[in-house]
Amino acid sequence: MLDKELRSMIGDVKDGRMDRRAFIKRLAAVGLTAPMANQILAIGGVAMAQSPAPYPPTKRGGGGPLKLLWWQGPTLLNPHFATGTKDQDGSRLFYEPLASWDAEGNLNPILAAEIPSVANGGLAADGKSVTWKIKPGVKWHDGKPLTADDFVFTWKYASDPATAAVSISTYGDITVEKVNDLAIRIVFKNPTPFWANAFVGAYGCVLPKHLFADYSGGKSREAPANLAPVGTGPYKFVEFKPGDLVRGQLNPDYHMPNRPHFDTIDMKGGGDAVSAARAVIQTGEFDFAWNMQVEDDVLLRLEKGGKGKTVYAVGGDIEFIAINFTDPNTEVDGERSSMKTKHPILSDPNVRKALSLLVDRESVKKAIYGRAGRTTANYLNGPEKFVSKNTSWEFSVEKASKMLDEAGWKVGADGIREKEGKKLKLLYQTSTNGPRQKTQAIVKQACQKAGIEVELKSVVASVFFSSDVANPDTYPKFYADIEEFQIPMTQPDPALHMRRYISANVATKENKWQGQNFPRYVNKDYDAAIAAAETETDPVKRASLYIKCNDLLWQDTVFIPVMHRLKVEAASNSLRPALSGWANETDNIQDWYREA
Amino acid sequence: MSQYVLRRLLIAIPSLLAISLVLFVVLALAPGDPFSELATNPNVPPEVQAALRARFGLDDPIYLRYLHWLNAMLHGDWGFSFVSRMDVDKLILQRLPTTLYVIGSAQILALLIAIPVGVYAATKPYSLFDQVANTLAFVGFSLPTFFTGILFILIFSVTLDWLPFVYTTDIKATGIHYVLEMIRQAIMPVAVLGLFQAASMTRFVRSAMLDVIRLDYVTTARAKGLGQTKVIVKHVMRNAMIPVVTLIALQIPAVFGGAIVTEQIFRIPGIGSLLISSILSNDTPVVMAVTFVFACLVVLFNLVADVLYGWLDPRISLR
Repeated sequence: MLDKELRSMIGDVKDGRMDRRAFIKRLAAVGLTAPMANQILAIGGVAMAQSPAPYPPTKRGGGGPLKLLWWQGPTLLNPHFATGTKDQDGSRLFYEPLASWDAEGNLNPILAAEIPSVANGGLAADGKSVTWKIKPGVKWHDGKPLTADDFVFTWKYASDPATAAVSISTYGDITVEKVNDLAIRIVFKNPTPFWANAFVGAYGCVLPKHLFADYSGGKSREAPANLAPVGTGPYKFVEFKPGDLVRGQLNPDYHMPNRPHFDTIDMKGGGDAVSAARAVIQTGEFDFAWNMQVEDDVLLRLEKGGKGKTVYAVGGDIEFIAINFTDPNTEVDGERSSMKTKHPILSDPNVRKALSLLVDRESVKKAIYGRAGRTTANYLNGPEKFVSKNTSWEFSVEKASKMLDEAGWKVGADGIREKEGKKLKLLYQTSTNGPRQKTQAIVKQACQKAGIEVELKSVVASVFFSSDVANPDTYPKFYADIEEFQIPMTQPDPALHMRRYISANVATKENKWQGQNFPRYVNKDYDAAIAAAETETDPVKRASLYIKCNDLLWQDTVFIPVMHRLKVEAASNSLRPALSGWANETDNIQDWYREA
Repeated sequence: MSQYVLRRLLIAIPSLLAISLVLFVVLALAPGDPFSELATNPNVPPEVQAALRARFGLDDPIYLRYLHWLNAMLHGDWGFSFVSRMDVDKLILQRLPTTLYVIGSAQILALLIAIPVGVYAATKPYSLFDQVANTLAFVGFSLPTFFTGILFILIFSVTLDWLPFVYTTDIKATGIHYVLEMIRQAIMPVAVLGLFQAASMTRFVRSAMLDVIRLDYVTTARAKGLGQTKVIVKHVMRNAMIPVVTLIALQIPAVFGGAIVTEQIFRIPGIGSLLISSILSNDTPVVMAVTFVFACLVVLFNLVADVLYGWLDPRISLR
């Protein structure tokens, strides 16, 4: 039904009977908006709106220096080697993709002349290819023209396993063809509903063929341009000291009018988040600081009468507690949490549901995340169109106790519930990190009231998040009953985010715990829905499949979402940064300006 | 003498080899993985991480990796940073000037305070000056640098707004302004480190002086009718300096090694902050190079101290 309605609405937009904004509003009403809503229109044959970034400066330069403070400084400047977002952020000052995501999840053309759509002939109706037109007249910082060859080269460079690029998964399964000097065609093996991945966003940065051609494959690490980037971006490279400083200056030949606003750009690294917040908000030594992992109380205190403020960007990052479906205490063939076992306590769905009732998300938000978090029942929290409206959460010790009573878990003499000789005792692990330990304490307290004994464990982050096969404390090994961590959502599409939990992805000894399904969740319906969604070109059906997946995770209580986390940044009062929860901080750096 | 130096240098080789072996094994056995950040990113398939590990030889057995490293080091190749994908020596050389400037200034400040104060306090033990100096010294070395550092920031940067608390290596000024700005931004870290060092060194100088000042030859010198200054500077200090020289010589490697905590607080891009960020990101080649260079410097400056003894006290002969 929804399907039909949508089609007629798309028709209305096409004919001009309904404007885009009304369309998106209507979709929001049924739980569908933001980036993919725009992609619906794109596939439905309406050109994506070129995001109307308000940009008042009327001339290039004159904005003085822009001083950025990254408390972990970039350590390398090749976007295809960027291990962390800090490196992507640093590279992005100089290199550019075809398009980037804006705050609403729309595509913002950068090197593209226009955003592909069915109407302009860019998108193939079968979803198997997309043609991008490249903006004419763009020049590399050394004066050479940007052409389709650079894109084809970047694809070859990144998809060659010998290069060991981190963007290999973006470029590995596609073919990039040159149509003419100013157009490329990306061909997919299967119908690909989410076509805006290659050459879009952080991994989409294009490299100059004339500087990297000799350093492809095994020689990639020797390229001098790895440390002295030559890109097309708004700023030209001046100086780089790994971990400490990246400097750039205005590119007088930049391809967008009146941009950039700032004459020079400095990205300083090092230190910690709190003092970074202080340098921006309190003393005004810097204009912008990245990733304010600081308690909201501290930020509020700094903001009183300060020279800056915090700014937020909504994406899909989710902090959650994962539940182990296998037994972490029984060893089978040298492997704990083996697929051959079943968790003695948590395989009871009532216990999982009761646990979910015992996580007081409102208190966690109040006590820890403040303005930087939103409570949620869902694992998948964005873009809007994929967010399920069928789920709910509550915090109730009474209901949890009643549920456990009914399931046969009776309170024993020591106040701890037991059933058939099994005590209701759980080991709850997470990484060592202030907010996480506080969350652990809040959950433990509620569990105690309900007669569940929770033992807390925290592991140093560098161990917990490592893939060290020899270490028992890593999060893929999951030698605990429940564990808490965050999964960032790096693009406005749920495909990668949801794919983790198909049964083929279970982390086991056999795959050296490289599988990303840490809860070892197995559900045939889930697998089928993911498989269907991955080739479904009808955006509405596809969205409903992902919503179904989210609802399955919720029904089976595979996760207990703790917080939908927002990106928090600090900016001086006069700075107008263009931020998006779906992109890195510097992805729209050309649009930043300072209010006079 | 030269024979002695040569012999000491030859003895240093097996000890440095042993040090490097211990460092390497400890780092190899330590938990963590330089590419662990990739694991949290759903965009990066696990195979990429595995390929990177294989490429950098992380899957080889430890003894092979050690031999590779040793061989490269003998050829002057310090290794290749996993994280920055650049040569480790470049990375270290880039940061050396800042460390030398800040930590070196702090050491000089410490000496300039410790020697006069310690000597003067020892000449008048239990006087008011001695008592005050002692109390301040105790306060000084009881307060850790991370505390005084933050205290200084709160007072001089946040409240008074006199000094910047983020150290920048690229000051956009020339001539005298550049020099002034360099001094201005170094005041706080140098003061924090220098005062901390000065506190313990003052106590050390004082006790070394007191040991010597009571000896008979000092009384003899005084009985000869020599002035107080001459007695103290020429007769007492020269002999009292032997343990102090040892202390200073062993602290000089620290000038190269940087100061981890202070560098972190003030965002000084020195060797210390390089070491800590490399440890945190499991960039073992960098950690290995920095710690090994540090070990070499310790061995070297021990030797320098021993040679200096002979100069300070001709009775000590080096064979």
